[in-house]
Amino acid sequence: MTDATDNGPVLAADGSPLKRSLGRALRRQKLRALALVAPLLIFVLITFIFPIASMLFRSVQNDIASNTLPYTVQALAKWDAESSDLPAEEVYQAMYFDMFLAAEAKRHTRLGTRLNYEQTGISSLFRQSGRKLDDLGKDIERVLGKLNSDWKDGRTWYNLLNAGQGTADTELLNVQRNRVVALTDRSVSGNLNFSPSAEMAELLPATTKAYTVWVVYTATQSDKDPATKSPWEAIPVALALDLQTTDLSGYSGTAADLLIQAQAANLPLPTFTKAFAEIDEDWATAIPWKTIQTHSGIYTSGYFLNAVDAQKTPQGIAWQPEDKQILLTLFVRTLIMSLVITGSCILLGYPIAWLLANLPMRQANVLLILVLLPFWTSLLVRTSAWKVMLQQQGVINDVLVWIGFVADDGRLIMINNQFGTIVAMTHILLPFMILPMYSVMQTIPPSYLRAAKSLGATNWTAFWRVYFPQSVPGIGAGSILVFILAIGYYITPEIVGGTKGVFISNRIAYHISSSLNWGLAAALGTILLAAVLVLYWAYDRIVGIDNVKLG
Amino acid sequence: MGLPPYATLGQRVWYYTFRVICALIFIFLITPILVVMPLSFNAQDFFTFTPEMLRLDPAGYSLKHYEDFFTNSEWQRSLKNSLIIAPIATVISVSLGTLAAIGLSQSHVPFKGTIMAILISPMIVPLIISATGMFFFYSSLGNWMESNLGLDKNFVGYIKVILAHAVLGIPFVIITVTATLVGFDQSLTRAAANMGANPVTTFFRVQMPLILPGVISGGLFAFITSFDEVVVVLFVGSAGQKTLPWQMFTGLREQISPTILAVATLLVVISIALLTVVELLRRRSEKLRGMSPG
Repeated sequence: MTDATDNGPVLAADGSPLKRSLGRALRRQKLRALALVAPLLIFVLITFIFPIASMLFRSVQNDIASNTLPYTVQALAKWDAESSDLPAEEVYQAMYFDMFLAAEAKRHTRLGTRLNYEQTGISSLFRQSGRKLDDLGKDIERVLGKLNSDWKDGRTWYNLLNAGQGTADTELLNVQRNRVVALTDRSVSGNLNFSPSAEMAELLPATTKAYTVWVVYTATQSDKDPATKSPWEAIPVALALDLQTTDLSGYSGTAADLLIQAQAANLPLPTFTKAFAEIDEDWATAIPWKTIQTHSGIYTSGYFLNAVDAQKTPQGIAWQPEDKQILLTLFVRTLIMSLVITGSCILLGYPIAWLLANLPMRQANVLLILVLLPFWTSLLVRTSAWKVMLQQQGVINDVLVWIGFVADDGRLIMINNQFGTIVAMTHILLPFMILPMYSVMQTIPPSYLRAAKSLGATNWTAFWRVYFPQSVPGIGAGSILVFILAIGYYITPEIVGGTKGVFISNRIAYHISSSLNWGLAAALGTILLAAVLVLYWAYDRIVGIDNVKLG
Repeated sequence: MGLPPYATLGQRVWYYTFRVICALIFIFLITPILVVMPLSFNAQDFFTFTPEMLRLDPAGYSLKHYEDFFTNSEWQRSLKNSLIIAPIATVISVSLGTLAAIGLSQSHVPFKGTIMAILISPMIVPLIISATGMFFFYSSLGNWMESNLGLDKNFVGYIKVILAHAVLGIPFVIITVTATLVGFDQSLTRAAANMGANPVTTFFRVQMPLILPGVISGGLFAFITSFDEVVVVLFVGSAGQKTLPWQMFTGLREQISPTILAVATLLVVISIALLTVVELLRRRSEKLRGMSPG
């Protein structure tokens, strides 16, 4: 053995050091394994993990106020909600232009609905104001039209504000594009044939801003040519606003005479504060402003607070009004009913598992079919069976009347209440309890019981001191499994639970499909998910996820 | 565990009481299914046994609810939808799932625990939460596909539901196929390679036939998951994708009609058939792997 004295590296067949060669082979093996897993992993990440993550994100996301009323939120940030003053005129002014655009895009009601979760009455306030905002500009538009009929022509506005050959204010254009995207959630790509003139942005800032956003909206969302179309009433209002302060003396460009004439005419511009107060007197109170300010952050804990019956107020966190507190009750009810269901599954499952584990194999297999058949039967079949059986005119009541146990007019109410949910769900989840218990009990040698008895234990002592402690892992595994499945159940409580027997998941479904309060639904879902994950972590520690067996 | 001849009276009483208790629990387990089946042949539109039925009078029985199921356009459309969605979803989860399970069963997989947790997660997360997350995601995906790819709304609806159901079926495929692969002798693939087979040939001629029982039973689980699923399709799909369970769910919630019982009976028959197939496959798989004598 001359090799034994050779201290050089061991070489592989191709002459490279064995260590490196092995390392390369291992790396290749790892890569191949990953390549096999990758398609599925990517698929699950995109179609499952990402949606769940975005749901979690949605439970704190709150950009609706800043998307719908960007300039108002900005102006309102300076206002001190604690002071007794109303917000400044500039806030009302920003609100007018923001609200006008939102109303044209029919997005103001969405924000109204969102804020209504926090402050009742905001929804109708927003809806009405959106409708009445047009009136404010009508007078100014009429006066302008009388001064010179050119103002009625869309091309006058276009020529006045389009940069054409002059310098364009591209930043303003981009800001307004993004504003429309944020507001409508739709793409604004496409050629506008317009860029705001930098000179005008300097001279008539409000008009240029209002006109630019109108062009972006009109060209991309309603497919019309802004060059010939007459703009919204908000633009004459903006013009009137600009003409109050701007100095036209140095200006001699497009339509200079028109502007000078309009400035001299003193357009009938009301104060926005008064105009809003006329639309609805609520605007002259601090309430809507406080609500907007409180909920204008991009992220919010508001949905989570709502999920536990609390709410965010300008003064801080407070409980919801008494009559709106239902969710904590529902959480507690979900927990209690899941515990009751788990308990009844243990009570009913234990004897069955014991019987199956102690019968001869052949008989046990036959009886196991009775457990597996319901397990394999469609959930809806079993739920409909319970609905049919528990009805007042159903099979169970009929049998009870026939035996004479209850009178015909005293039929028991067993459905659309907690009893119905508990019975049906115990039945549905029972196999999930029996199967883990059975597999644990199969491993307990029957000789232990015989040994205990031969040492003088009574039947009960032998069972309780010897057999039962060894079957506890089975009970634990089954209980956690049943409990986890129970707290997330939706279908069965929805059908047999009525109003008293529903779970938190039914509330989530309600907020998704009926009340459309998706943020709250996401927050409720996040809380439920966290609870389930903690339980699964416990399950993994106790039993190990790998031991999950099917059928 | 028969009763020994020297048992005392108390032991005898307990022995029989225990048997009775167990019998009652078994009745509890099986009755709902047994009640549904005869009631589906009811000649009346009642959900209880009529006197004629109890007298076993042929006049009390009829096939009219089955007839309704096979002629009613709503039920037929939902059956057709289920038969479109479930097989395609199953094919997706089985093909991707089997590949991944083979990858996972190799000896050196980095981040195996994390990957496994991610792949199993659709089974762990409660359906209502999966449905909520998918609702947000698929509605924007659907809008994107409609506006950017110019696809038909109905077609997009099918894609959404199929993808959602495929994800839900994946854990079952992964679990059953990895369980089958535990007993797979890796030296067989090396032997095949040694004799000149390329990896693809090895897979289809050596590995696949041996793990086929596991793949099929995983596929059956995935199929059942999709075929039986309501919550996600309720949230993700639109009326055009109404599946059989959805139709049953609406029926149970609104105007309950005895046709539901006929459908339920058919579904029970299908699940009995599937249960038998899975059991036979399990036995065959154990036999192939030499784990049981026969």
